[in-house]
Amino acid sequence: MLKTARPHTTPSRVPSRRAFLGGAAAGAILIGFRLDLRSPARAAGGPDLSQGAAQPNAFVRIAADDTVTVMIKHLDMGQGNTTGLATILADELDADWAQVRTSFAPADAALYNNLLMGPVQGTGGSTAIANSWFQLRKAGAAAREMLVAAAAFQWKVPASEITVAKGVVRHAASNREARFGELAESAASLPVPQEPKLKEPGAWTLIGKQAHRLDSVAKTDGTAIYSLDIRRPGQVTAVVAHPPKFGGMVRRVDDKAAKAVPGVVAVVKIPAGVAVIARDTWTAMKGREALKVEWDDSAAESRSSDQILAEYRETAKKPGLVASQAGDPDKAIAGSAKVLEGEFSFPYLAHAAMEPLNCTIERASDGTFDVYAGCQLQTVEQAVVAATLGVTPNKVRLHTQWAGGSFGRRATPGADYFAEAASIVAAWDGKAPVHLVWTREDDMAGGYYRPTVFHKVRAGLDDKGAITGWRHVIVGKSIMIGSPFEAMIVKNGIDATTVEGASDTPYQIPAYRFDVHNGREGVPVLWWRSVGHTHTAHVMEVFIDELAHSAGVDPVAYRLGLLGRAPRLSAVLKLAAEQAGWDKKPSEKGRGYGVAVHESFGSYVAMVADVTAGDSSVKVNRIVAAVDVGVAVNPDVIRAQVEGAVGFALSSVLRNRITLKDGVVQEKNFDSYGPTRMSEMPRVEVHIMPSSAAPTGIGEPGVPVIAPAISNAIFSATGQRLRSLPLDLAGLKGA
Amino acid sequence: MLKLTVNGVVHDVDADPEMPLLWVIRDRLDMTGTKYGCGIAQCGACTVHMDGQPVRSCQTRLGDVGEGKITTIEGIDGRVAEAVQGAWRGLDVVQCGYCQSGQIMSAIGLLSDNPKPTDADIDGAMEGNICRCGTYQRIRAAIHEAARTLG
Repeated sequence: MLKTARPHTTPSRVPSRRAFLGGAAAGAILIGFRLDLRSPARAAGGPDLSQGAAQPNAFVRIAADDTVTVMIKHLDMGQGNTTGLATILADELDADWAQVRTSFAPADAALYNNLLMGPVQGTGGSTAIANSWFQLRKAGAAAREMLVAAAAFQWKVPASEITVAKGVVRHAASNREARFGELAESAASLPVPQEPKLKEPGAWTLIGKQAHRLDSVAKTDGTAIYSLDIRRPGQVTAVVAHPPKFGGMVRRVDDKAAKAVPGVVAVVKIPAGVAVIARDTWTAMKGREALKVEWDDSAAESRSSDQILAEYRETAKKPGLVASQAGDPDKAIAGSAKVLEGEFSFPYLAHAAMEPLNCTIERASDGTFDVYAGCQLQTVEQAVVAATLGVTPNKVRLHTQWAGGSFGRRATPGADYFAEAASIVAAWDGKAPVHLVWTREDDMAGGYYRPTVFHKVRAGLDDKGAITGWRHVIVGKSIMIGSPFEAMIVKNGIDATTVEGASDTPYQIPAYRFDVHNGREGVPVLWWRSVGHTHTAHVMEVFIDELAHSAGVDPVAYRLGLLGRAPRLSAVLKLAAEQAGWDKKPSEKGRGYGVAVHESFGSYVAMVADVTAGDSSVKVNRIVAAVDVGVAVNPDVIRAQVEGAVGFALSSVLRNRITLKDGVVQEKNFDSYGPTRMSEMPRVEVHIMPSSAAPTGIGEPGVPVIAPAISNAIFSATGQRLRSLPLDLAGLKGA
Repeated sequence: MLKLTVNGVVHDVDADPEMPLLWVIRDRLDMTGTKYGCGIAQCGACTVHMDGQPVRSCQTRLGDVGEGKITTIEGIDGRVAEAVQGAWRGLDVVQCGYCQSGQIMSAIGLLSDNPKPTDADIDGAMEGNICRCGTYQRIRAAIHEAARTLG
């Protein structure tokens, strides 16, 4: 029996590194973390992904009924990686697509770590396909060789005469064949070939083809089980009264009225606030409404978001930490024919996934625990739950469920809502399975936002319109400083996730300097679909556009002139421009085309936006995208991710912002933080660049170019430059 | 004890008549295909049919259902439902899929009343259903495809 909760030293909702590392030390599993979320292509000295062992037993199960189940070590939050990962393995196995199933793998950092995250199982940085490419091909090829060997043994024929296609193993000369299911048992007893022969691309039957998603049926008949749908015997639901300000704490609780609500089972104080436990969700919410909590805001963040941004604007006037530099940009700009300056501000953004955060934890009779959630950083989540419950990580089993979106929110370095659920189980002594449910309001006001960021840029042009120098200051709160990953990601005070996409710009600029100031406000921040690129790509692509117009050069041609060392970026830019009819732009009043191109997570994306802009409004008519993700494992899923990126990001271009008034979040639901809706969705065309390069990701890379393409199109339509996001449409005048 | 008819089955429900239908379906009947997204009728994830018409179950009180016949995603059938589900699968509309029960319930409602919807009709009927993954382009295409199937 769990007698007392392990003391949870986290004083507030703001994650404490000390508390986390204290917890982690108990699990001893987090030592030596290397979480590299940068582009795999750029991770110099990173792992050679082709050198892993073939592990069919970890990644594929073939049953007597002929089903082939591919074990998915990642979270599928909608990006379709279950389909993509299964495609890779099934192709090398020569399975029939109709026999392929998937199952989410348990937490096991030895078997299922993300090969681009060191010893951590997790999903992020658009790495699911990239890190699994060789691993799953080898696993599939090894399993295929084992099936062939089993058939050769049974039929007493040479293995070299056996063929495999669509789930059937055949020996043509003796006219014998067997289904996978018939051979699976004997194949399983054979040694695993460590260097199985991988197919040549010409022999692929599924990779690069149009296999249907494996989750389409379950997600259209109500049978797909998400974390919120978990129903364990005797389960109760908990909702938590969180402090209204980040860093606030409970001073006093009066739970008399809450406990009097019929169906409320218990009220417990936890580090994150006060939890009301009830027989169902609605009753728990009623109980929370009846709760009287006095908060201690003495250590809380009480500034308004406007004030934080105003302070950033002042800070940006000063030199900061130097992220990258070349030559003497100040001198170069001083001697320029023209000097352009721009300021760009970005608000906090909530991820606002459709499924609010939630997690179920059940104590088994032997004192171990089962956790059901949309697990995105399994190794961390397992360690945090274990530490909170005072057991070792091997006593905690994770059951990853379909996630109703995430966009980064389900992967917090401190596993925030897992810790919250575990602390309720601990405080209530694990009497029944507890389902922690965040309401929409909890989810939206709960922090871990895309940071608010301010950019100040200054660049010079010579009399021919060429860039002479570029000075750029970025102010924003680091995602990594204060997290367990700080030592690994932050170098000399500079968090790569704050400057990625700017300080490493592919544009050839003779003299430049990128400075960073780390904001220190008490608002928890986190990666939000494409992380730093959400703001850096916007600034780079809008400002380059300004320079092109100032130089009197076509924006596509201007970019191509600066991308001599970036052939893949140049190629997608040309493809998008060509497909959009860039050279035949309509000249009607109030209509404009804008372009943007950007690399993120090793993938290359260009977009052309076609907009109609008028008084205080903009309508995005069409988006034409070109992407280079290396080998396109499933082209339709890639197209879907780019279409979806447009739908996801459009509302952040047009209106979304999380604001704080005296430390209190103002937007609590979709009425004040409105996602894109049907009538706003532009037509999206996606063109995929043929490539034989190893595949990279597409979950995130579609996002960064959307805002600058639209902003540049509005300039083209109206002559007005809207730099900050969301776009200040109120000031927009018709052309 | 209140009587509640869901997907043709009459249930005796011991719950506060004030309880939203959404939570009765999900937490008392353990039918989880209907989703919670916002609780204030802003997102449409909780859409079910009452006597064939789409309603937001988060804003429908148990006590107000009365004799109304509720249909959830688990209980849909007939030509329109089959056409809609078939189109959704044929075009691989879903991403995370969480909103899609509600999208499908709204789409069935639209096509049942209007077998040949225009883009403007689709905007009107589907505007209340949020998809944060941004699958709108495929939802629109799937509704047109279902309409074609229905002839």
